[in-house]
Amino acid sequence: MSPWIIGFLAFTVYPMVSSFYFSFTSYDLLSTPHWVGTANYRFMFTKDPLFWTALKNTMWIIVVGLPLRIAVAIATATWLVRPRRAIKTYRTSVFIPTLAPAVAGALAFLYLFNPATGPVNQVLSGIGMSDPPLWLYDAQWAKPTLVLLAIWGVGDAMIIFLAGMLNVPSELYEAADIEGAGRLQRFWHVTLPLISPVIFFSIVIGIIAGFQYFTQAYVVSFWQTGDHAQIGHPQNSLLFYTSRLYQMGFQNFKMGYASAMAWILFLITMICTLLVIRNSRRWVFQQGAFR
Amino acid sequence: MSAAVTTTARRRPILRRTLPANVRRKRLLLAVADHALLIAVMAIFLIPLAFVLLTSLMTSEQALTTDMWPRSFEWDNYAEVFRRLPVLRYATNTMIIATLSTLGVILSSIPVAYALSRLRWRGRQATFVIVLATIMLPYQVTIVPLYVLFARYGWIPGFKPLIVPLFFGDAFSIFLLRQFFLTIPEELSDAARMEGASEWQIMTRVIVPLAKPAIAAVALFQFLYSWNDFFAPLLFLGGDSNLWTLAIGLNEFRGLHQVEYNLMLAAVVLFMLPVIVLFFFAQRVFMEGITVTGVKG
Repeated sequence: MSPWIIGFLAFTVYPMVSSFYFSFTSYDLLSTPHWVGTANYRFMFTKDPLFWTALKNTMWIIVVGLPLRIAVAIATATWLVRPRRAIKTYRTSVFIPTLAPAVAGALAFLYLFNPATGPVNQVLSGIGMSDPPLWLYDAQWAKPTLVLLAIWGVGDAMIIFLAGMLNVPSELYEAADIEGAGRLQRFWHVTLPLISPVIFFSIVIGIIAGFQYFTQAYVVSFWQTGDHAQIGHPQNSLLFYTSRLYQMGFQNFKMGYASAMAWILFLITMICTLLVIRNSRRWVFQQGAFR
Repeated sequence: MSAAVTTTARRRPILRRTLPANVRRKRLLLAVADHALLIAVMAIFLIPLAFVLLTSLMTSEQALTTDMWPRSFEWDNYAEVFRRLPVLRYATNTMIIATLSTLGVILSSIPVAYALSRLRWRGRQATFVIVLATIMLPYQVTIVPLYVLFARYGWIPGFKPLIVPLFFGDAFSIFLLRQFFLTIPEELSDAARMEGASEWQIMTRVIVPLAKPAIAAVALFQFLYSWNDFFAPLLFLGGDSNLWTLAIGLNEFRGLHQVEYNLMLAAVVLFMLPVIVLFFFAQRVFMEGITVTGVKG
């Protein structure tokens, strides 16, 4: 127990307290931090347009990407739940892309969605599309491409839903059959309520992870101009919250500003998570009431 | 799941004998349609990987064309990656970091999870709530002061910032292990206590052997997390290319060889391969672990 307490104090409590302090200072790592009051926060909200860009991009990827990813996960899990010949092979194939390390997956997509030579656009022009999207090179299409990347790696979520569905007692399905429920009704009135705790769990985890979205965006939006590495390309459409924090903190060494951003991030994450938890009482099925 | 498989298998021959031919034909057609769809879904997920693999075997000129099939299989691309990129050094670095952090997480999280699940003491519930809250805390909140702290210790660039904190427990692993420890019947500990075993002995001799599947899953997740991690190595190792992990090296390699897709994708395959091999060897641990994390969390 005690090593954990030491670790908790050294690697969680101390950094939390000091990052809160740093957020009210100007600090470049070399000189000592000096107090600037709420200047970092005021700059963030009123003078840093890229803060808002980054926040909007992050919200976009959560609001659009997360529901889509969960929907695809439920759909594939529903498809793969009934045992039949070779089902393990099918399940494994859907799962494998999720094993690709984030950097590897992002680089693979950079190639697959390359507008000129990538296979995706070849297929699209092959089936007669006259000018297919430029994907990661077009500010309009860049974020949707990252959503596709997230959906390609849906296997981890799919497996969790699959496990949830396999746990549904078969008596319930039999009862639904006796009542004359169709496939859709069975799904809507039996499966969905019983996997609602899993949906809830995925949403909470998805929100927390979504606000910290970084690696894939960094890799595909990385642009080397001379000595300076830029991220967020094209036109800052892939500049996410953590990318901006990284830029300010670890490229420009504005540690005070980065700390202020981190605290706002924590606050937003907390508020969103609490809203989901409060809202969940209305739709998450309580297993305890059932057993 | 296995129970369901056996019941359908047992039922099928009886149905076959009694069903009329037209119903049987309909069933067969439905099964064919079903499998056709399944194969289509499988293809959507696997075809991107096939493209990556095929292009990694092309010449660099062909990789820039619209061809889909390699004219000649350039296995030498893989050797070329090893010549251009210190793959072995990166792999060794990644291995050292991943192995030591996994070891650290396991050694430090088991006792905490044990204390939070099988010992009674004041403040236990409050401590558990703190552990849960720590999971929600974005690492961005702590990273700046930690960076400052590690820089002051002279640990940057170096492996220590990526390893040392994990020897002091990891909230998520503590949580998972605690949930599993709670499912082990209390009678087992009581019996050991009657025999005069100390709590430490009960933990190491009774609980840990019974919790092997959960411990294996936690270890596997931590190992993969460290293996794939990008943000922390970027911050703490970025300054010294001798210390880079595969993830960092791969990203930089892309920057240097922007147009040589064949080499870049060969490097991608090399980076993915160990993970996929590990998956096939540890498939059961994987699936059980994901199920435990997802459903019990």
